[in-house]
Amino acid sequence: MAPAPSPTYSAITLNINGEKHTLPVDHRTTLLDALRERLDLTGTKKGCDQGQCGACTVLLDGRRAVSCLQLAVAAEGREITTIEGVADGEDLHPVQQAFLDLDGYQCGYCTPGQICSAIAVIEEHAAGWPSAATQDVRPEAGATPLTAEEIRERMSGNLCRCGAYVSIVEAVARAAQAAQSPSGGSGDGIGATEAEAAV
Amino acid sequence: MKEFGYERVHDVSGAVALLGADPDARYLGGGTNLVDLMKTGVERPARLVDVRELPLDRIEDTADGGLRIGATVTNSDLAAHPDVRSRYPGLAQAVLAGASGQLRNMATVGGNLLQRVRCGYFTDTAKPCNKRVPGSGCPAIEGEHHNHAILGASEHCVAIHPSDMGVALTAFDAVVHYETADGPGELPIASFYLPVGDTPHLETALPPGALITGITLPPAPVATVSRYRKVRERASYAFAIGSIAAALDVRDGVVHEVRLAFGAVASRPWRAHEAERALTGGPVSAEAFAAAADAELAAAQTLPHNGYKVTLMRNLVVAMLTELSEEAVR
Repeated sequence: MAPAPSPTYSAITLNINGEKHTLPVDHRTTLLDALRERLDLTGTKKGCDQGQCGACTVLLDGRRAVSCLQLAVAAEGREITTIEGVADGEDLHPVQQAFLDLDGYQCGYCTPGQICSAIAVIEEHAAGWPSAATQDVRPEAGATPLTAEEIRERMSGNLCRCGAYVSIVEAVARAAQAAQSPSGGSGDGIGATEAEAAV
Repeated sequence: MKEFGYERVHDVSGAVALLGADPDARYLGGGTNLVDLMKTGVERPARLVDVRELPLDRIEDTADGGLRIGATVTNSDLAAHPDVRSRYPGLAQAVLAGASGQLRNMATVGGNLLQRVRCGYFTDTAKPCNKRVPGSGCPAIEGEHHNHAILGASEHCVAIHPSDMGVALTAFDAVVHYETADGPGELPIASFYLPVGDTPHLETALPPGALITGITLPPAPVATVSRYRKVRERASYAFAIGSIAAALDVRDGVVHEVRLAFGAVASRPWRAHEAERALTGGPVSAEAFAAAADAELAAAQTLPHNGYKVTLMRNLVVAMLTELSEEAVR
C-alpha cells in the first residue's frame, strides 16, 4: 500500500541568536534561504549554495555548519548563531575585532562565514581536536599548537576569492591568542608568533 | 528541487517503520550529500525521514576490546574521540582528511558509508549515466575520467567511491550493523559494497528500507601503528585522487601483520589483499614493499587519462610502509 502523501510544508520555530522565530516553510527551504529571504538576516552570505565555499557558515548548537546544505525544517530545535549574534551588544567578538585590526578581508563577502568558522576553530582547537595538519593524532602525543599550518588546514572550508588568506590566518592566530590570555597580551603566544612570523 | 514530506524520528523501530519499503523515501542524516543531490535533481525523494536525533550517537567499547560507533556519530566526534585516535589513529586521520570542518560537524558515520560518487556524469542530470539511469551508458569511459577507477571497474561504470573514512574502515575489517522491519542484521564491510558488474545502480548489499545503526571495529592491535595518507589536487578540502590506509606490525625484522586499503581507485574502498599476502612473513624493505604493490596493481585496468594512479599508488605503498616500519619495529 502506498503511504499517504505527506505535507510538503510545515510551521516551524527557529531559535536564532537567542530569539524564537515562527514561520511556515516549504520543506525545500534551506536554513540559508530562511535566514536571508524570510527573516532578513542577510549577514549570512550565499556563495556556491552547494557546500563548497563556506560563505554561509553559521553555528548550530555551537558548532560550525554550512547553512546551504541544512534544511530549515531540520534545524528546528537547534540553537542557531549567525554573524548577527556573535557580538556582545556593541562589543565586537574578539574574532571580529581581530579581522578588523588585521584587515582579514578585502571585499568582505566571505567574512561573516570566515568569522563564524574561526570562532569554532578556536574552540575546537582548545577542546583538543586534531586536524589533518596534526602530525600525531594520538591523544598521548599531547595538544598540537595552533600554528599557521594548522589554521590554514582548519579554515580550508572557507574560500576567499580575493585571496586575503595571509591576513585571515594572522587574525585567527591573534584571536586564538587573546582567547588563551584574556588580558589580551601581544605576540608571545605560540600560535600567534608562528602565524605572524609566517606572514 | 522536488517537493517532499519530512518527518523526524526518535527511535530506530519508528524510523524503519516510517520509511518502510517506500522506494521514494530517504533517511536524512547530516544531509551534506543528499541535500546537495536533491538540489541538482539527482535525488528526488518524496519523503525524508530525519534520523539525526536517533540515540545512535555514542562510541563505546565492545566486550572483546573493539569499538562500537553509532550511525549518527558525526565525523568530527569520531575523529576527536580519544579511543579512536589512540587505538585506530589511521581512522581518525582518514576522517580528518575528508571535507571541511563545517561538513565534518554535519556529516554522520552512517551517511558517510552511503554517500554517492562524485563522477561529473553522475551529478549532471543532462548526461547519460548507468548508475543514475540504468542502461543509458557511461560517457566517462570515452570522456573525462582522470579521477576514475583502475581496479574492479566494468564497462558499465568507472566511478570511484569518494569516502576517506571507508578506506580506513576497510583496512580494519569494520562490520556494518543495520535494522529492518524484520529485525537487525550486519554486513562485514568487505561485502557491504557490491561489485560494479552490469548493475552500477545497485551500490550496497543493504536490504530495502534498512537503516544503518552503527559500525563495529574489531580489536586490532596492529591498528595502533596505522596511518592514512591522501593525495589530492590541492592541499586541503578536495577529494582524493589516490589514498591509502595502512597498519604494520614488524617483529624480528619480519612483517608480522600488515593492513592495506586503497581509496579513489575503485567503486568501493579497496582492500589490498594481494599486497598483504606478499608482505606477510617477508622482509621489511623498499624492494619488498614495491613488489607487494606491484602484486596488487597487476590487476589494474587503466583508461587513457588515469594511468598515473598505478604509479601513484605504488609510490604511496612504499612511502607509507617505509614510514610505518620506522615506527613499528618492536
